[in-house]
Order: sequence, then C-alpha cells, then structure tokens
Amino acid sequence: MIEIQEVHKSFGSLKVLKGIDLTVEKGEVVCLIGASGSGKSTLLLCINALESINSGKIIVDGIDVHAPQTNQDQLRRKLGIIFQQFNAFPHLTAQQNVALAPRKVLKTPTKYAQALAQEHLAKVGLGDKLDRYPAQLSGGQQQRLAIARALAMEPDYLLLDEVTSALDPELVGEVLDTLRMLAEDGMTMIAVTHEIPFAREVADRVAFFHQGVIHEIGPAKELINNPQQQRTKEFLGNIL
Amino acid sequence: MFEYTFQWRVVWKHWPQLLEAGLLTLQLTILSIIIGLVIASVLAVFRDSSNPFAKYLSVTWVALARNTPALLQIYMAYFGLGAFGIHLSPYTAVLGAVAFNNAGYLAEILRGGFSTVPASQKFAARGLGLTATQSYIYITLPQVLQAVFLPIVNQVIWAMLATSLGMIIGLQELTGMTTFLQSQTFRPFEFYFVAACMYLVIAKIATMLAQIVAAHMFKGGADK
Ligand SMILES: Nc1ncnc2c1ncn2[C@@H]1O[C@H](COP(=O)(O)OP(=O)(O)OP(=O)(O)O)[C@@H](O)[C@H]1O
Ligand SMILES: [Mg+2]
Repeated sequence: MIEIQEVHKSFGSLKVLKGIDLTVEKGEVVCLIGASGSGKSTLLLCINALESINSGKIIVDGIDVHAPQTNQDQLRRKLGIIFQQFNAFPHLTAQQNVALAPRKVLKTPTKYAQALAQEHLAKVGLGDKLDRYPAQLSGGQQQRLAIARALAMEPDYLLLDEVTSALDPELVGEVLDTLRMLAEDGMTMIAVTHEIPFAREVADRVAFFHQGVIHEIGPAKELINNPQQQRTKEFLGNIL
Repeated sequence: MFEYTFQWRVVWKHWPQLLEAGLLTLQLTILSIIIGLVIASVLAVFRDSSNPFAKYLSVTWVALARNTPALLQIYMAYFGLGAFGIHLSPYTAVLGAVAFNNAGYLAEILRGGFSTVPASQKFAARGLGLTATQSYIYITLPQVLQAVFLPIVNQVIWAMLATSLGMIIGLQELTGMTTFLQSQTFRPFEFYFVAACMYLVIAKIATMLAQIVAAHMFKGGADK
C-alpha cells in the first residue's frame, strides 16, 4: 500500500505540490491526469525518493520513504519507474539493459540474470531482440524494453510517467497492450497518462491534478464520464 | 646544382640513439597524458563547483593552458620558475609543461563528455535501485568514456608532438637527438626524415589501436 499524506514540494520558490493526499491499495491501478506543469511527474519522483519532499509523508508498505533512516536504494527495488523518454542505457544491449539491475542490485548470478532478462523481454514481445542496442530499436520497442527492465526487478509497484506520449501514434497501442496485460496480472500501478480512454478502461480510480492538488478523484468510469468539478469538466472537454 | 647524395647508412649507425630518444618521447607523452588526465578530472569537477576558489582555479588553468603557446609554457617551467627558486631539469620542465597543457585541454574534453549523458540516465539507474556509485560506474562513466575516447587519443598525439619543443631547452627527446645527430654528421635530410617517420608511425599505430579498441568497446550509442 502507498500512502501519501499532505505532501508539499517546492523547487526554490515555486510550489509544485500543495498538500497531496492519496492512498493506493495493493492491486489497484490509479491514473493521474491533469494539465502540464500541475506536478504529476514530480509526485511520482517523490514516491520513490528520486526527489525530496518539503513536508508531509509518503509511506510504502509501512516504510516512511523520506525518513532519514530509510535505505532509499533498497526501497526503490519495490517501486519500478518508467519514464516518458524511455531512458534505455545506450551502451548496453537489450538483454544487458534488463540484466544489469538484477546483477548489481540483487546480486543475481550473471547466468540467471541473463535468463531472467530473456524471459522478461519475451513477455513484452522483444524475445528476438536480445542483442540489439537501444539505437537499433523503435521508440515503442525501447519503451517496452524499459518496462521489461523495471519488471525484472520484480517490483511490487509500477510508477508510469506518460509512457506513451513520446511515441508515434501507431506505436502507442503495443505499449498500452503491455500495460493492460500487467494490470490483468494484478500489478499495482500509478500511471500519469493523457490516454483518457485507456485510463477509463484499465484504471480503478482516476485522480485529476490541478495546480499542485488533487482536485477530483473517483472511480475511473464515473470521473471520466461524469466529472463533478468544473475544472475537471473543462480539462476532459479539451482533451477528448 | 643538386649535389646532395643520400646516405642512409649513417642513420642506421646512430639508430640506437634515435630509438632511445624515441622511447623518451613516448615516455614523456604517456606520463604527461596520465598526469594531465588526473588533474583534468579534478579541474572538470571544480569547474562546476560551488566553491569560488575551485571554480576560479579551474577556469584560469583551462584558459592559460589553451590560450598560450606550448613553447611559452615550457619556457615558463624551465626559466620562469627559477625566479621563485624552483629549478627544474629539462626533463621535468617539459613533462610539467606538457602535462599542464594536457590538463587544460583534457578538462574541457571530460566536461563535454559528462554533458553528453542526460540526467535522466541517472534517474533511470537510481530508479532501478542502483546506488549512486553503481549508477556512476555502470551507467555514467561508460557513456562518458565513449564520448571522450577519440578526442583523448587526439590529445595524446598532440602531446607527443608538443614534447618536441623540449629540444629548445636541451632535452634530447626525438627531435632534440635528431638535431644533435645531424649537426654531428651533416646529414640533416636523412635524420629528420627518419625522425618524421618515427613520429608518424607512433601516431598511426596509436590511432589504429584506438579505433580497434573503440569498435569493440563502444558498439551501442553510435547514433545517440
Ligand atoms: N528539477 C526541477 N527544478 C525546478 N523546477 C522543476 C523541476 N522539475 C519540475 N519543475 C517544475 O515543477 C512544475 C511541475 O512539473 P511536473 O513535471 O511535475 O509537471 P507535470 O504535471 O508532470 O507536467 P507535464 O504534463 O508537462 O509532464 C513545473 O512548473 C516544472 O517546471
Ligand atoms: Mg510530467
């Protein structure tokens, strides 16, 4: 379970998160929607401590993420994160990209890590691309590589930041299919997305971000089909 | 009238001296690059330091090394430092000056190398649970090395050529020794020709080795 309590975060004088409260249960899929600059990416980075917070608390499976005594490197193993810009490691093959963290972080012997990488790459449809370098893969393939890389650490949660918005339209489908499959497998996910139909279909709940707060949150279909707040209506009206 | 007849045998006779001088040139080159790299790594970090002294030191060093003649740098090391009671041997003066020069250029090369690795790479690595050190060793450094490898090889060659200025203060590296030998034997063309070939061969071998190594080590980010 991820519990986010009254989280505030500023960059210098710019207040980005102004009191976020959100609890995500095991097995739940929550989509975050909202305008550019409303703080969605920042929240994801705060959840796995890639960014610090100014006040409030984030608790993952009972562990206070930002407490000084918390081992954040260890905590991040639980929390896979996937970014808009893929961030494949360009100097490593697909297989090496996936095997690196199990080898170095979990100390999995190389042979097993390679087998693990092969298995996860096959799962996202890249079983025949093991020795390709990222530069030799399409955007959609690179993003699926990033998903396989995160899954190889067997995380309990996935944080997804607009994982399809850097893709050509015809490649969006293949990545969304992969995420759909994960959701069906019961993976807990917090996904920032602009793919409203996807959110409606896959998410349990949708949260609408506006100027650093969660302006409205509710069951996915209800919130998208029948938003209560004026701002939510305007946002969905513009995007659909 | 063109009366000059080539005599190569005299060069052959002095080959051991040439070879020894060539090895001295090679040694100076390698040492000056190693020292230069060590200092450059520090300068590159200092450059973006919040400590104004560190930053100023780095900026000044790079500017002086890159914008003043290498010959002047050698004169400064050999004659100039004498004013402060520091008397260096020709060998130390040349090594120091060329290393000083290398450090300035290499610092800029390294800085450029680091700037080619986007911050998001580190985020991705840390997001997988790698520690800061692991992320540096397995993700950042290999990409920096890839970016700086060939520029550094160019600097090695430049350093080798710069050591020839050492002859001006009496160091018998390859150019100095060659000048000495031709003045003894009155065979300038033969000696300078052979010395030129030696420089060329060393530089070519270094470049070729580097390209072979690069082709094996850096298969990934050809077009990043
Ligand atoms: N490292 C940083 N330093 C300073 N300001 C930052 C930093 N990261 C984000 N910001 C600022 O914080 C605000 C929120 O950014 P964030 O990326 O969280 O928004 P977002 O909701 O993800 O937007 P988008 O939909 O465009 O991705 C923006 O104004 C952004 O410029
Ligand atoms: Mg964002």
